[in-house]
Formats: sequence, structure tokens, C-alpha cells
Amino acid sequence: MLRSKTSRWAAAPYLLWMAIFIVVPLFIVIWYALTDASGAFTLQNLAEIGRYSSVFARSLLLAAEATVICLVLGFPVGYFLSRLRANKQHIMLMLIMLPMWMNFLLRTYAWMTLLEKNGLINKLLGLFGIGPLNMINTAGAVVLGMVYNYLPYMILPLYTAMTKIDDSIIEAAQDLGCNTFRTLTRVLIPLAKPGIATGITMVFVPAVSTFIISRMLGGGSNLLIGDLIELQFLGNSYNLNLGSAMSLALMVIVLLCMSFTSSFDEEEMEGVM
Amino acid sequence: MDESLIVSLKDIVVDFDGERVLNGLSLDIHDKEFVTFLGPSGCGKTTTLRVIAGFITPQSGSVLFDGKDITGLPPYKRQVNTVFQKYALFPHLNVFENVAFGLRLKKMPEEQLRPKVLEMLEIVGLKGFERRGIHQLSGGQQQRVAIARSLVNQPRVLLLDEPLGALDLKLRKEMQLELKRLQRELNITFVYVTHDQEEALTMSDTVVVMNKGNIQQIGSPQDIYNEPQNAFIANFIGDSNIVDGIMVKDFLVSFCGHDFSCVDRGFAYNEPVQVVVRPEDVAIVPPSTGMLTGLVRDVIFKGVHFEMHVDVEGKEWLIHSTQASQPGEIIGMNIGPDEIHIMSREGV
Repeated sequence: MLRSKTSRWAAAPYLLWMAIFIVVPLFIVIWYALTDASGAFTLQNLAEIGRYSSVFARSLLLAAEATVICLVLGFPVGYFLSRLRANKQHIMLMLIMLPMWMNFLLRTYAWMTLLEKNGLINKLLGLFGIGPLNMINTAGAVVLGMVYNYLPYMILPLYTAMTKIDDSIIEAAQDLGCNTFRTLTRVLIPLAKPGIATGITMVFVPAVSTFIISRMLGGGSNLLIGDLIELQFLGNSYNLNLGSAMSLALMVIVLLCMSFTSSFDEEEMEGVM
Repeated sequence: MDESLIVSLKDIVVDFDGERVLNGLSLDIHDKEFVTFLGPSGCGKTTTLRVIAGFITPQSGSVLFDGKDITGLPPYKRQVNTVFQKYALFPHLNVFENVAFGLRLKKMPEEQLRPKVLEMLEIVGLKGFERRGIHQLSGGQQQRVAIARSLVNQPRVLLLDEPLGALDLKLRKEMQLELKRLQRELNITFVYVTHDQEEALTMSDTVVVMNKGNIQQIGSPQDIYNEPQNAFIANFIGDSNIVDGIMVKDFLVSFCGHDFSCVDRGFAYNEPVQVVVRPEDVAIVPPSTGMLTGLVRDVIFKGVHFEMHVDVEGKEWLIHSTQASQPGEIIGMNIGPDEIHIMSREGV
């Protein structure tokens, strides 16, 4: 009893922080979204979002693409990591986290110089008489940027979930007649579900709301929700009310996505993180 | 070829990280036999089992199953199933689906699968547990699910890797008898791994004693207990008094300064030998009539008997007796001819 009381007090500073910097701003956003410039109640802002449905669709599509690619790339890596000896696991995990020690913007800039018309990759391809390819300022470049930046967030929860799978369970599956593919579909994927759900959320949510990646790697032609919102607050089309409405819509999308993944994985969710 | 052979291992060599785990091991396992690999941890018994299951491919040597070479065959193509030490049940499936796992992979239709799974659950005493989750079961129940999950596939050989290790003593004894019953009723070959000599003696038709990657002795439980081939086996299987002696001639051995008649022959005259006497085979008599005399050091009550540590000419003997002597007492000791087992020193 004493312990739970003390721990409740220990959480107090963060609760206060949350109240001031998350809950209150949230209400401010809702307030702005539902009022016009003069402060009168209106649904006009929300209705106006419809005009930007193509941007919303593109954001969701590119984020979904990036999430799927991260999952496909991250699953074998997570499995491989979880099978290593403990001391090697730590080294490999550090190597995976290593790029994150560098600034996010810097890393994305690096990709710009790599992908440019006169960039490193095109020069290299040129040696073999290929190209130059048009890589920068495409939707593909944006997805690449998302995958590159968010892949560790997919690998980590997958790895965590899979360390709980004992080798003998995989051996039992093979023993009972599973070939490699069946072991994957019948045992590994079902048991890694909590990690898959967390990984999807942790990649999809930042990917769907990013604006830096799309601006730097997507040029002007691949506007995402994040860019749109930024334009309302800091850009030329300055409109706090519309920006707030868009933020609200994005939040709803994210919440829907999260409730989807957690319903797909109800009781196993606890104990993952 | 011997018709009744089901598994043959020929010169199996397995190395882990440069360390030799199995050292040219050869072994024949007969059909419908209960074979136990017995040995201390690290002796290679589990490795041998995993070679048969297909989880380890040996560096050299071959594995024959029914006369066919299966050395490179992956586990899922072998007609053997394994019961794992830590059960290795699938936590995302309930009891029914765990047992049905192998049959579903074989695409058995539901109307055949269902009665088979239910029948198997009844055999292992888990009728009515179908809908339970794995975590709602006790250790013993999980073990039964693991056994049912393997047996439902009707393997030719069932491999069991210390399956009772995690259970308490009473449950372990129950399960020992039950496994023996299952093996007889289903009439299939069991290959069992344990470090518990009592377990091995209780259940097996054949015991394979292993040490340091080699087979020490293969025989029936009685053979292994009564006729150990070397000091390692004599020490590992139950308690033993092992003393150096001289085989004076056939049926006469000398040790501890006394000549004993025995039932062994075929040694050279005056060949140095080792003599094994089980602690329960030493009879305590008055000192004047004893073949040997000794000074009682310690007496420990063990329930069924007293365990006595007796000093005989500077060597400590272990004696089990139902009547207690007092520490400090001088006792006489008699050993009958049948109770003396002679091992040649080369066998050590």
C-alpha cells in the first residue's frame, strides 16, 4: 500500500507537466479549430479540410508505404538480433541506434546530397553509363527518408517482443512439421504480434505527420499534412483556425490508427514496452 | 540388417565452438524400446537426442532411421517428435490448438482431427481442459500437454529431454509411471534423457550411461546397477564403495587385508582389480566374527535406513543398515560372494 502511494507521488511532476503542456494546449487547439478569426463558433474550418483531401490521402499512403517497408525490413533484423548472444545483442543494438545520435535534419540533408541530380549516387551510376536518374523530389524519396529515419522504431519493439520467444518454441514448431515459412506464419508472427503492433504505431504516427522529410526530399510537389499545417501557422497562408482544424483531423486519424493496431492485439499489448 | 532396429547412430562427432561434445558415438536403438541416456550434465546426452531429432547436424557420422540415412534431413521431415525440457508450448494457442498443431499442418480434416485430439487429451488425463490457456495450467499439466502434442502425431520415436526436471518429487514419480504406461500402451519407442539415475532405472528397458561424449555402458537397469563396467558408472549409479584389490585366482579376491570368495573369474592370477561393494550389501556383525572390522565415524538417519560412515584401515566405507551402531563403536563387517563386483583396472 505504502509503495503504491509513494509511486503515485513520484508521478506527480509529470502529471503536472502533462496538464500544462499537453492537456491545456489540446483544448486551445480545439478552441481554435471550432472558432473563426473573430472568435465566433463555426464548423467552417473543419468543412474546409475537405479541399485538402488529396494531401491527406497522400500522407496516409506514403506513411503506410513506409510502415510496410519498415516492417518487412525490420522483422528479420529483429529476429536476427533476438537470437544473438546477450553481449552481441548490446553491440548490434548500439549500431542500430548509432545513426540516431546524429541530428535528424543533418541525416536528411545527407540524403539530399546523395539523391541530387549531380549527387553521389547519380555520379556513381554515371560511371556505368546509367542515368542520371531523377530521384530527389519524388514520392519515392520521401518514403525512403521516412524508412531511413523511422526504421529503428520498428526494429526495437520487434526485437523486444522476439527476445521473449524461446528457441525451444521455434524448435517445437519445426519438430511438429513446420518448414521455415510455416514457422514464420504459425509461430513467429503470432508471437511477435505485440511488437508488430507497437512498431506500426511508432513508425506510422511520426511518418504521417512529418513535414521536414517531405519538404527536403519531396520538393514542392509532395506536400503532406504536416507541411500543410506548418503553412497555416508559420507560412504564407497564415490561418490559425484552419491549421488547428487540420491538426485536430490528423489527431483523429492517428487515434483511429492506434486503436486499430491495439484492437488487433488486445491483451498481448501489455509487457511489450 | 536387424529388423527391429529403428535408429542407428554411427560414429557421430559433434563440436561446439571447437569443443568436442560427442566423440565418435555409435548406438543402436531397437523398435518399441524405452531407452534412457543417463549421465552428468555436459556428458552429451541431450546433444545425442538433438542429433536424432535433427536440430544438430553432426560434423561427421551418420544417423539411420529404419535403415535409411537421415543425417541431413530437417526436423520437420523426420518421423520423430520431441518433448522439450521447458515444455515449449505455444503461448498464443489454447490446449486444444497446441495438441492439434501437428495435425493441422498435415491438413487433417476437422472431423478427423477433433476426436483424435480429444482422445489424446483423455489419455494424458486432461479431458475438459481443451479451452484453457497455457498459462492457466500447472507445470505438470503443461508437461502433459507437451506429451500429448507430440504423441498425437503418432511418431515412430518419441524423444524426451529431461521432461520431468521441473516437477516436484511426488509428481515426478507419478509421471514416471505414467510415461512407462503410455509407452507400453502406445507401443512406440521412447528415447529419454535424464541425469537422475533412479528415474533411469525405474522406467527403462535399456540404459545408456554416458560421460564426456562417450558411451560408458549399455545394458538393462539391473546390469547397470549390479555389473557396472567401471568406477565412473559404479559411482554415478547409486552409492558405492570402490577399493583396490588383487584377484588372487578365479573366485577369490583379496582386499583390505582379507581374502573374499566371489563369483567372478577369467582374470589373470594376481591381477590388480577394483572391487565394488554397494553400501546396502555390507552386513554388520560382532567384531569377533567379522571379515573386516571398522570404526564407526558418523551415523545419519535416512528414513528407511541408517547411513554409516565407517573407517576401515584408513579408508572410509559407506554402509546402509536398518540397525544403528553408535559413533566410536568398533563393528565387524561381512560381505557375501554375490555382493562383490570385480572391475578390471584397465576399464577405468
